[in-house]
Amino acid sequence: MRFMVIVKADKDSEAGVLPDQKLLSDMGKYNEELVKAGVMLAGEGLQPSSKGARVRFSGTKRSVIDGPFSETKELIAGFWLFQVKSLDEAIEWVKRAPNPVPGKESEIEIRQVFEADDFGAEYTPELRAQEERLGKQMAANAKR
Amino acid sequence: MSDAHRAIDAVWRIESARLIAGLARIVGDVGLAEDLAQDALLAALERWPESGIPDNPGAWLMATAKHRAIDMHRRSKRIERKHEEIGRELDSRQEMTVADLDAALDDDIGDDLLRLIFTSCHPVLSMEARVALTLRMLGGLTTDEIARAFLIPEATVAQRIVRAKRTLAEARVPFEVPRGSDRDARLSSVLGVIYLVFNEGYSATAGDDWTRPALCDDAVRLGRILAGLAPGEPEVHGLVALMEMQASRLRARTGPSGEPILLLDQDRGRWDQLLIRRGLAALARAEQLGGASGPYALQAAIVACHARARTGEETDWERIVALYDALAELTPSPIVELNRAVAVSMAYGPAAGLRLVEALGAEPSLRTYHLLPSVRGDLLLKLGRLNEARPEFEHAASLTRNARERKMLLDRARSCINGASAR
Repeated sequence: MRFMVIVKADKDSEAGVLPDQKLLSDMGKYNEELVKAGVMLAGEGLQPSSKGARVRFSGTKRSVIDGPFSETKELIAGFWLFQVKSLDEAIEWVKRAPNPVPGKESEIEIRQVFEADDFGAEYTPELRAQEERLGKQMAANAKR
Repeated sequence: MSDAHRAIDAVWRIESARLIAGLARIVGDVGLAEDLAQDALLAALERWPESGIPDNPGAWLMATAKHRAIDMHRRSKRIERKHEEIGRELDSRQEMTVADLDAALDDDIGDDLLRLIFTSCHPVLSMEARVALTLRMLGGLTTDEIARAFLIPEATVAQRIVRAKRTLAEARVPFEVPRGSDRDARLSSVLGVIYLVFNEGYSATAGDDWTRPALCDDAVRLGRILAGLAPGEPEVHGLVALMEMQASRLRARTGPSGEPILLLDQDRGRWDQLLIRRGLAALARAEQLGGASGPYALQAAIVACHARARTGEETDWERIVALYDALAELTPSPIVELNRAVAVSMAYGPAAGLRLVEALGAEPSLRTYHLLPSVRGDLLLKLGRLNEARPEFEHAASLTRNARERKMLLDRARSCINGASAR
């Protein structure tokens, strides 16, 4: 299964301050370890949100909002894409990562990627019919 | 499974190969190294649920296994007859201390992993044993997982592994990376083992599922690991390229109820573009290293022709025929010929393809190969010779051991009766 491993933004990353030499080399080593273990499918660091934009959808309207965005902790600063056997394995790998904000508190978020199998069941006519039956049953129950 | 056990499982998957490889260099025996590693795992299973997982679980496992090795060694000196085997191996490396062991382990672990791969794929072992040992020692799979992947009883796998370890010890297979002229043959054994695992996942030869993607994942991971360990070997990148690009089609290869979907009927929008890019990059690396004409690189180049085509019609079949020509010259085999015939039929029409397929009809090694009548049926169908196509599909259905594939072939046979195309 695949996981997106998300590094959150902080004040420095949003200010465009580049990681110091030590962090860069630690991250390089960590990435090398991931690649050598056949775990890392992809990974990128993101520029500060000041260089990005948002498109806001409102019904059929679209409007553009330029960065930067204020809620720093909700922003992301980079990601990896892991291919592993389980969430636990992804967790164990992330525990080995260098702290992205050295010496301070930070969080790395791990999210599972949807894959064919996750939708596969939805596509089978039998299961869809079953779900419809269940839905009707629940609706019927609710009326009681 | 408890949280702690799941976490230990995960640690094991990450650490076991390095652990076994490091230990194998110290004790000089892969089987013994694996036993020591398993002992360390048992100790972890006992202690970690209470103490929590240590900050550096790999180091903990290694330290535990090393102590166990030293214990065994000491005991073997006291009870000499009983542990004669272990004693001999350790004695030959002189008196050992923990410091020696640490020093030994500071060497590049990558070399040890490479030694481990070459040892577990050693030609002294049967192909089945190589596969089981490689998945177990390098893939970190349990005996049970291997058994389920290959649909065989767990006891059979366990026995295979025990016997393989004994064979390696008896043959005194050195724990080393082969050099010189031996290296190419040994490397091709390693690549063969990995590709066999991949293929079993990609089109399962038996069972109810047409594909077993988890097995493909294991194989691709082994290939990526190998590419990291032997970055200068073009064929390793060729194999990785081949597997990444084939794997990119996995989710498009099976329909909603598990039925196989053939290449030209697949929804290309469902191909995994990330894996295709990775595959093309690996192929480029193989070519940069001068390996464009290696058997895996050639096969990868063929798959790349499909990966690059946005629609089936855009496929460069003439180039594919040329690549098969090269492959047939390099590794002549009836199966390559059969594939070439399909490519020829696509490039130059079904009649041209059928002529080549007919020539293969007498090939004894293809007598029980379901794809021969399947391809023949397909070409006859395209030529409108439905009455001749039907028995071919039926024959193919009787030969395959895969339930999904059998159903698809019988469906195609039936469609010949109705006079409708199954495509």
